[in-house]
Amino acid sequence: MFRFIVRRLLQLIPTLFGLSLLLFIWLRRLPGGPETAILGERGTPEMRAAIRRNLGLDEPILVQYGRFVRRLLSLDLGTSTSTKRSVTTEFFERFPGTVELTVMAMIIAIGIGIPLGYLAARRRGRLLDHLSVGGSLIGICIPVFFLAYVLKAIFSENLGWFPSSGRQDPTIGATRITNFFVVDGLLTREWDAAADALWHLVLPGLALASIPLAIIVRITRASVLEVLNEDFVRTAEAKGLTERTVRSRHVLRNAMLPVVTSIGLLTGGLLSGAVLTETVFAFSGIGAFVAEAISQRDYPVLMGFILIIAVVYVLVNLLVDLSYSVIDPRVRVR
Amino acid sequence: MALLEVDDLSVTFARRGQRTVRAVDGVSFSVDAGQVVGLVGESGCGKSVTSLAIMGLLPKQPGLRVGGKAVFDGTDLLQLDDRSRRDIRGRDVAMIFQDPLSSLNPVIPIGLQVTEVLARHRGMKGEAAQKEAAELLDRVGIPDPRRRLKEYPHQLSGGMRQRALIAMAVACRPRLLIADEPTTALDVTIQAQILELLKELVRDSGTALVMITHDLGVVAGMCDTINVLYAGRVVEKARRRPLFREPRHPYTVGLLGSVPRLDAGRGERLVPIPGSVRDVLAWPDGCAFAPRCARRIDECVGEPPELSLTHDGRGYRCVNPAPVPGTVPPAGTAAPGATAATVAPAEAAEPGATPAPAGIAEPGATAAPAAGGVAGPVPAPREEEKP
Repeated sequence: MFRFIVRRLLQLIPTLFGLSLLLFIWLRRLPGGPETAILGERGTPEMRAAIRRNLGLDEPILVQYGRFVRRLLSLDLGTSTSTKRSVTTEFFERFPGTVELTVMAMIIAIGIGIPLGYLAARRRGRLLDHLSVGGSLIGICIPVFFLAYVLKAIFSENLGWFPSSGRQDPTIGATRITNFFVVDGLLTREWDAAADALWHLVLPGLALASIPLAIIVRITRASVLEVLNEDFVRTAEAKGLTERTVRSRHVLRNAMLPVVTSIGLLTGGLLSGAVLTETVFAFSGIGAFVAEAISQRDYPVLMGFILIIAVVYVLVNLLVDLSYSVIDPRVRVR
Repeated sequence: MALLEVDDLSVTFARRGQRTVRAVDGVSFSVDAGQVVGLVGESGCGKSVTSLAIMGLLPKQPGLRVGGKAVFDGTDLLQLDDRSRRDIRGRDVAMIFQDPLSSLNPVIPIGLQVTEVLARHRGMKGEAAQKEAAELLDRVGIPDPRRRLKEYPHQLSGGMRQRALIAMAVACRPRLLIADEPTTALDVTIQAQILELLKELVRDSGTALVMITHDLGVVAGMCDTINVLYAGRVVEKARRRPLFREPRHPYTVGLLGSVPRLDAGRGERLVPIPGSVRDVLAWPDGCAFAPRCARRIDECVGEPPELSLTHDGRGYRCVNPAPVPGTVPPAGTAAPGATAATVAPAEAAEPGATPAPAGIAEPGATAAPAAGGVAGPVPAPREEEKP
């Protein structure tokens, strides 16, 4: 098990090098550059050249990449060309928000999706099944930002149940440690701060959860239907076990493998795809910041973001692989 | 009263816009404690559906109808509600399935799969359950049972898996065991071991065993009474020796003829039965075997023949049965003019035949009354047309 984890983490290194080199070159091939973003249409060629020299963009691309890698080894991602602050600092402030939002969305999606998918399979062909299959189709089709606006209009602006924007009420004056607001609240025992941060997560979390929820419902349903037809479920029934034991021990556990796989893939997607939801709810996560960085050709921010997402992706899928071996002894890792 | 009395069991699957399929049609047999009864037939003849219907394990689906009775020790299993059925299953009536690998849950250890039965029906937990489970594995011949309890199905060999499955089935000392092709997925040597084990269990604990198989070798080695099924109906029932010595239904004759024999002369060919069970679907009336039957006569079409019982539980469902070896078949066996509905008892149809052929065929037969001996002619319902 330990060797498996180490090997997977070591595999991460060549992956990251390949990915960063590819993107480094690719980003600089994009038309326009930070100098255009800063100067706009009116800059003279001399001014542009000065800025490029200033940012070190006039050097050969491999030299630039070498410098990037050297800095990276000391965990320095450089300075943002648009905010002039260290990329690491920017990320430390913003990334935790997105992570909290993603976790919230996944909790909603898993918490509702697996039971619903299971029930739909058990009542195949009946009302609940049709509702959840139809509902999940709608969930996949509705654009997330649209759903976000609808949720905001109903539950925040009309009913006033949830806050409409931000990550926390600034008047609480919460202490910051990790920048994970909920975690901070728990660590400092400022319960109201934690609760408020959690409250702010509900609506954006719901909006962001819509697509993974729909996918999890469908995968769970299909997987449970398949397992219900397995011989060993019949054996369990022939033993006279209670329906509850058959369900939890024999059906659900076997049906979880494909669901867990999809959860791993979906989580990575959410982290990088939370931009629209964050924008609608003025949620200061990393999404909006990176979207801005793209239009500003803010190379250091983009490189840093992509690398972090890649690392998270690998880690999440490592967790998925590890949970396989807990669920299914046949894929025990070596 | 026998331990299990199956009476006129029928299973139909109705589908909208399609003809209703009768998977099992008027099957009757009975099993006494300590007795082994075989249900034999080709795949698709309704053997497994029969056993699943008795256990209440047929997948629930719209259009499924189970009729008749399956009285186990005074209770009709088909009338029980889900809860009481779960109480009986695994405790009084247990089942062994065909493919031991897919019949075991791949993700939980063997031990838990045994102890969960003990916990459910015998209230055993913890160390006591572990100990009992180890003893069960030991009893079915699994070496080093303590270690095996912690292993998963994929770590066991095929034979060991089937043994483990048997251990689960006999964990609560059931009075009736239904084995659905328990040896089909196994090597021949392992097959013999498993059959020996089942025989032992029956002998030691007086369990009644219903053996479902397509393998006549298995039947010959194990069963006291045999029911030959074709297209959902019992076409011939007899004690073991009479069935092998003088099969009367052409289908049974065909089955025996398609088994290779070591003592067959060189150059003698196997005689396969032409066609397949599927041909039945296009054959709405009369004897279901008629389309494939070499002894077909005009009377085979029309009403399906009833199961005519002769003596000692022996019976067959045929208007033109194969002659008993050693007798001259009378011309026009089925008396012309006789409506095909019933057949006169075998003795009457064959004046030249020695009476009570079973008595001659099996002089050493033990006296246990054969299955179905009390049942009269079984009405043979016709295929239904869904309106």
